[in-house]
Amino acid sequence: MNGVHDMGGMHGMGPIQEEKNEPVFHQTWEGRVFALRRAMGAWGKWNIDVSRHEVELVSPADYLRMSYYERQFEAFLVLLAKRSFITPDEIEAGKPAPGTSVAVPALTTQKAATLIAKGVPTSRNVPATPRFKAGQRVRARNINPVGHTRLPRYARGKFGMVDRDHGVFVFPDTNAHFLGEKPQHLYSVRFAARELWGEQAPQKDSVYLDMWDDYLDPA
Amino acid sequence: MTTNRRDFLAAAVTAAGAAMTPELSHTHSHDHEHQAVPSELALRVKALESLLVEKGLVDRPALDTLIDAYEHKIGPRNGARVVARAWSDPAYKKRLLTNADAAIAELGYGGMQGEHMVVLENTPSVHNMVVCTLCSCYPWPVLGLPPVWYKSAPYRSRSVIDPRGVLREFGLDLPADVEVRVWDSTAELRYLVLPERPAATENMSEEQLAALVTRDSMVGVSKVAPPQTGASA
Repeated sequence: MNGVHDMGGMHGMGPIQEEKNEPVFHQTWEGRVFALRRAMGAWGKWNIDVSRHEVELVSPADYLRMSYYERQFEAFLVLLAKRSFITPDEIEAGKPAPGTSVAVPALTTQKAATLIAKGVPTSRNVPATPRFKAGQRVRARNINPVGHTRLPRYARGKFGMVDRDHGVFVFPDTNAHFLGEKPQHLYSVRFAARELWGEQAPQKDSVYLDMWDDYLDPA
Repeated sequence: MTTNRRDFLAAAVTAAGAAMTPELSHTHSHDHEHQAVPSELALRVKALESLLVEKGLVDRPALDTLIDAYEHKIGPRNGARVVARAWSDPAYKKRLLTNADAAIAELGYGGMQGEHMVVLENTPSVHNMVVCTLCSCYPWPVLGLPPVWYKSAPYRSRSVIDPRGVLREFGLDLPADVEVRVWDSTAELRYLVLPERPAATENMSEEQLAALVTRDSMVGVSKVAPPQTGASA
């Protein structure tokens, strides 16, 4: 979706504000949001692309106003309701609906340790024919889906060069909508800064983006 | 859809606030400065956690495990050890640049948000820097969770269109003949910059080298400074 989250190349966002000796979490609740999202993710009722897209759906004004963990929390609440983990009534009452059976948590301490150590790989060991190879000239497709995509606006329609093939990975545009993983080759593609931003960009500079087969056409 | 969402969230705000009792705000046990009046957001998060625990959907010790790992165990010191090893051992550096996952695993690091790693070498003629314009992708196993500036609109919007201006704000003014490569983390590959080894470090041990390496240098927004004159080395 052409949302405000897709901010590469925008102006007016102000200077970088670096904080010295920054804590990992500024407030206790931030850490709780961080952990709750992973613990509920362990139920397997959504995937990383679904949860990312839910954050993108936070309204643009809110998205820009909210802190990172605030956005994550708001999107998480919506996701929990969409996947029927909680109801608005339960939120309102602050306790489970009468008669609700008590589940056994999906994420135990042991599974949390495994999750931290192993992560959730998104490469797939399935045969897929690469449409491109390193050194090949390509053009990013000009697509404007209303759903999730990882093809930023600033690269759409631009010409680049395949730098390397990373192998086969889950395709977020379908995965974010429970439409399947559609595994396909993923590449680093080099775009000259001048191709992206025009003649004022330094001649040798470039931006590399990771792009799936479905984002590219031969050029 | 938008209206539903808004109504739902509005209900959540009101209800969570109403459902909280004042004493709940004093049950926390952490060591930062005590917050006398918890924010509305803190209360809402606490209410949600209680609800999920009561429904048996989450296990509090598992939450604590996750928080403890990223607050105390996993952070940029991991990446610094990787960099120091690469500076000290040419064979390791070669493995790191060709198969980053395996080389990083040699030091015992890997996992969540670092399942597929790529290491980028900075040289006198090429400067790499990493951003995620679409969200906040960052290599957790080697750098920990990202700082606020990395997740912020200024860094995400400007890094790709004006990387040299961004670098100047971090105090790095690159000569015009240095090639700048910006890596926008649009997929599940996670990028770690291998910064240049600074001068006057020839006799330093791997441990001493690791102590010089900063988080920012491994994101590619600064260089590693040479050791302070007079410092023990």
